[in-house]
Amino acid sequence: MEKIYSKPALLYDRKFSYCPGCTHGIAHKLVAECIDELGIADRVIGVCGIGCSYFGGYIKMDFIGAAHGRAPATATGLKACRPDEIVITYQGDGDCSSIGAAEIIHAAGRGEKITVIMINNGVYGMTGGQKAPTTLLNQKTTTTQDGRQAERDGLPMREAEILAAVPGSYYIARGALNNPANVRKAKQYIKKAIQAQVDGHGFNFVELLSTCPTNWGLAPVESLARVEKEMIPYFPLGEKVVDGKPV
Amino acid sequence: MAKQLMKGNEAVAEAAIRAGCRYFFGYPITPQNEIPEYLSRELPQYGGKFVQAESELAAANMLFGGAATGKRCMTSSSSCGISLKAEGMSYIAAAEVPCVVVDMSRMGPGIGDLTPTQSSYRQATRGAGHGGYRSIVLCPSSVQEAFDMMFDAFELAEKYGIIAYIYADGLIGQVMEPVEMREPIDPATLPTPPWALTGMHGRAAANHVHSGTDAEVFERLNKEKYPKIEAELQRWYDSNLEDCEYVVTGFGTVGRIAEVAVKKHAAATGKKIGFIRPLIAWPFPKKAYAKIPASCKKVIVIEANNGQMLEDVQITLNGKFDVVFEPTWGSNMPTVEQVVEMLAKHI
Repeated sequence: MEKIYSKPALLYDRKFSYCPGCTHGIAHKLVAECIDELGIADRVIGVCGIGCSYFGGYIKMDFIGAAHGRAPATATGLKACRPDEIVITYQGDGDCSSIGAAEIIHAAGRGEKITVIMINNGVYGMTGGQKAPTTLLNQKTTTTQDGRQAERDGLPMREAEILAAVPGSYYIARGALNNPANVRKAKQYIKKAIQAQVDGHGFNFVELLSTCPTNWGLAPVESLARVEKEMIPYFPLGEKVVDGKPV
Repeated sequence: MAKQLMKGNEAVAEAAIRAGCRYFFGYPITPQNEIPEYLSRELPQYGGKFVQAESELAAANMLFGGAATGKRCMTSSSSCGISLKAEGMSYIAAAEVPCVVVDMSRMGPGIGDLTPTQSSYRQATRGAGHGGYRSIVLCPSSVQEAFDMMFDAFELAEKYGIIAYIYADGLIGQVMEPVEMREPIDPATLPTPPWALTGMHGRAAANHVHSGTDAEVFERLNKEKYPKIEAELQRWYDSNLEDCEYVVTGFGTVGRIAEVAVKKHAAATGKKIGFIRPLIAWPFPKKAYAKIPASCKKVIVIEANNGQMLEDVQITLNGKFDVVFEPTWGSNMPTVEQVVEMLAKHI
């Protein structure tokens, strides 16, 4: 029988530690597939932010664990010293758009030839579901127990659009991991964001709308439905910057 | 080699290049700006890279990434900038990645001011950041020493897998003195360490640079690594300790001024006054203080701060000798005459 689909060669044969219904596993798989398909596995150095995902524990590549929010800075240092390698960060929305807001904007501003994958699930997952800059209005979190209120908590931030406004950005896109069609599109975005770096371009960024069933208090299937119903209308999908030009 | 008249900051920058460093990550802050300015101009000519970070916070975390590739990397800053770098330094220390941090320090807490003092000794020697890590702290007292210590710093950082920290004051950074140059090291001749992030390129196992310390790592650092460095690395300058009646001790610029004052006062009074100047402040040179003879009546600590190295002297001597402290508070280094007056109070 012909084998037509298998786990990417780059993923260690190891069970993911993620909660049922969490889309980190899908995102890891897509990144690993893209690296495999681009034939750059030997050249990749991963940078992991702080959050649930332990990227380097699942994908076979050289890897550094960065401080919370600082992955784009640490990636900048790596790329300065090893400009021929492909540097990919994997961060959450709290990591990227809150504590690391300055680092990611300035990495974009310098046009760093790196690729940032940002998982946006609207909460701080690992610390137990606190409000993130991306938490939607009325969304209940452990620090907005009556739901996020605009007057008190401000409005949710859109990282892809923020970075799209930075002149140094080369490729900016937002995908979602809630259904097969969106997963396929997300993979295209990830591949383009890595290919751009291979071709010597930057800054490259893909935001992936993701689930956190545990902290959302929803079942896995309900979580996927929430991405479609609540997140996508606020966080529009698609490419925002291609070849350094706004789409 | 021929001597060149150089400003301290430029000598540090030139020494970094000659020591084989090609990567600098930093953020402007007075009084160290000549370091990034010099390196921004020079490093590209050597195939290196200068990155002006968006903040000291980012610069230290860039340093973490750069140094994790196994190449010689550095940053420089000054007291309040070091506070911001503290996060990255703690991660670097946890990951045991070698690199060099230069602190041309400022006066006092907060924004402080630019006058040369020694008020960040605790920040330098206790680890600026969280978690009880250690850095090797080199304390130059002249532009020549600052130049030479940059070579030592890269070597020691790599030997022990640790941050080597040059703790100087703004005077060292700003003053011009003749410097004897050293032959440059070609970084291409430096080996790539086995743990370095290079991309796998056929290597069987991936290299991971972790900044997470579990209990086992924390215990190893504190029970094995740091004690080993403390035992092996004791550097100081001393003079006239034999049969001395008094010992005067200070580090950096103050140590240099104090040594002149000690000679003057000894000549004027006929007293036997020994002198100790730590060249490395962590590990503190306990062996130097162990040399103090029983004939010593008093140990006089002089610093341009509120008594910070004083604590290390007290811990080291553990009540064995009477220890007195003479400070200068901010806004400048003492003159030789002022130190002589200080000494006259006790000797």
